[in-house]
Amino acid sequence: MSAILRRLAFYLLAAWSAVTLNFFLPRMLPGSALQAILSTMRSAPITKEELAALEAEYGASNKGLLSQYVTYINHLLHGDLGTSTSKSVPVSTVIGTVLPWTIGLVGVATLLAFFLGTFIGIIAGWRRGGLLDTVLPVATFFQAIPYYILAFLLLMTMGYLWKWFPLGGGYDITRNSTVEPGWNGGFFGSVAYHGVLPAATIVLASIAGWILGMRNVMITTMDEDYVLVAAAKGLPRWRVVWVAARNAILPSISSLALSISLIVTGSIVTEIVFSYPGLGSAINNAVLDADYPLMQGILLCVIFAVLVVNFLADIVYVILDPRARREA
Amino acid sequence: MTTVGVTAPISPEQVQKRKSRITRSPKIVTGAVIVAIFAFIAIFGPMLAPHDANWQASTSSAFAQPPSSKFWLGTDRQQHDILSQMLVGGRSTMIISFVAGILATCLSILFGVTAGYIGGLVDDVLSIVANIFLALPGLLILMVVIKPLPAGDTDNPILIGAVIALTAWAYGARVLRAQTLALRDQDYVESARVIGERKPRIIAFEILPNLLPILASSFIFTVIYGISIYVVLSILGIVNPATASWGTMIQQAQGASAMISNDWWWYAPPALAVALLGIGLALLNFGIDEIVNPRVRSRRGSRRGVRFQLGLTPVLRTAEAAASPGFPHTGVTTPALEGEDR
Repeated sequence: MSAILRRLAFYLLAAWSAVTLNFFLPRMLPGSALQAILSTMRSAPITKEELAALEAEYGASNKGLLSQYVTYINHLLHGDLGTSTSKSVPVSTVIGTVLPWTIGLVGVATLLAFFLGTFIGIIAGWRRGGLLDTVLPVATFFQAIPYYILAFLLLMTMGYLWKWFPLGGGYDITRNSTVEPGWNGGFFGSVAYHGVLPAATIVLASIAGWILGMRNVMITTMDEDYVLVAAAKGLPRWRVVWVAARNAILPSISSLALSISLIVTGSIVTEIVFSYPGLGSAINNAVLDADYPLMQGILLCVIFAVLVVNFLADIVYVILDPRARREA
Repeated sequence: MTTVGVTAPISPEQVQKRKSRITRSPKIVTGAVIVAIFAFIAIFGPMLAPHDANWQASTSSAFAQPPSSKFWLGTDRQQHDILSQMLVGGRSTMIISFVAGILATCLSILFGVTAGYIGGLVDDVLSIVANIFLALPGLLILMVVIKPLPAGDTDNPILIGAVIALTAWAYGARVLRAQTLALRDQDYVESARVIGERKPRIIAFEILPNLLPILASSFIFTVIYGISIYVVLSILGIVNPATASWGTMIQQAQGASAMISNDWWWYAPPALAVALLGIGLALLNFGIDEIVNPRVRSRRGSRRGVRFQLGLTPVLRTAEAAASPGFPHTGVTTPALEGEDR
């Protein structure tokens, strides 16, 4: 338990640093961020009140830095991330509508890649030199291609060329579409169909890491004495593999925690390619419109999500590895 | 005492053997060739390009020309020669990713090796900093940071590379720290300490050389990361290089809906070039990994009839050496290494 508490303290510290970084980012930028925003603002001329609000947000007001910081933290604690300048609605509302899409896509794709990759890794490590070893170079190829390019190539081939899958979007929004957003089968079917290519991109790009990591640790673990004992006892082969795999999976779980921010970044890029209605497309539009509050809100939201996943991975690790409980 | 410091001379055969282990690995050779070709393009590409990147074949036509004998890779809709743009556009991508790789590797040595070797409170603080950086989504921070920079700054490859490096060093630092922890208690480090060598010297001459393979692989990893980040940043229009780059080529093709009009020669070359460069670097990384860690090798075909079983690793030194005297390039050293490794 104390191990988990210690990790929790770290994540609180990390969250606080992220919040502070987010506060200082627009204030550290060369030139006034406010000027940049105003000069690129595409909407109609803004009112005095809006200008005052913007000034308060970007430190152009004449209040001290400390009191600005306190106000910022206070707003944040109440879930107030400011107002999106391009959409004129609270940032939290925008994030609320796009977040489920990203969580769904990234969650499903990451879990799929992790479990499938780990499973293939176990088999490949067990049967080293077997047929599955030929999968490795292929998987590594996909991992080496940047997310954007991989997504782009999949879209080109399976989307435009062979027309197997839709070209983008979260569900069918064409004119003669019968899909109603809501809790109905048709909507879910459409969402799943539109999610295939983005999810495939994320799975293809990340699966090699799990396969390779699991296989290599599996090979080392199988040389351990306790695996030999398990085999010598006459346990069925799959139980021996299970003994080895249970121990070999630990490094994979800690590397899941390490790589989750890379995966999230990659999925955001993937979303942009497929115009998937998630955080990625939202931040892309925010960048195009120079919508600073929205950009920062999304940044903060992604950092918090990554920290939460890290914490969950830590808990799983502590559950699986008794040593992690004892050491703390 | 007279023999202290005298090392046994390395025989020519030993040198030969070490060299051949690298050149024998097909992954390293293929990867190195691919990366070398791209490096060549980055250095000499702008001189070889038949036209300037901004040269237009005609100012009246608004149709992208497919590849022909005149324009080997065709033209885009503004009549720019794609081949010339490809040759010119590689340079910024390569410079930025290598700058990012070098700087990030230096930062990761600074943080990782220091944390691992000194330990204690320093280790705790540096590790926390590295872990926080690890959790930050680099691309998003770069989008927020680079977007408001004036256009002149986003054209400076060193600056962009440095900013990318700031978000990329943490992973390497973690790996280096773990390995330094393992090296710190080795006998030779211990003896250097007993002799009275200073900490910087121990780190630079005893520990760093043994971290080289890990350094190489974290460098390559960062370069791949830098390429993908830079390409994405330029596709999203966040950095606007004055000259053509592969990222901006894709951006223009996408902006002009080149996919719908089926102008594949417009977007395919830059996309494939980025993919191929990534694959070349990954092959290098993979090959280094196998040399450092012989156990993870997969040599299908070179071990005929050998099945790896749970709990035992077959050692075939004599049998295979006798059975295949004519195959210096396959199998012979692998089983032997397998045996030594255990």
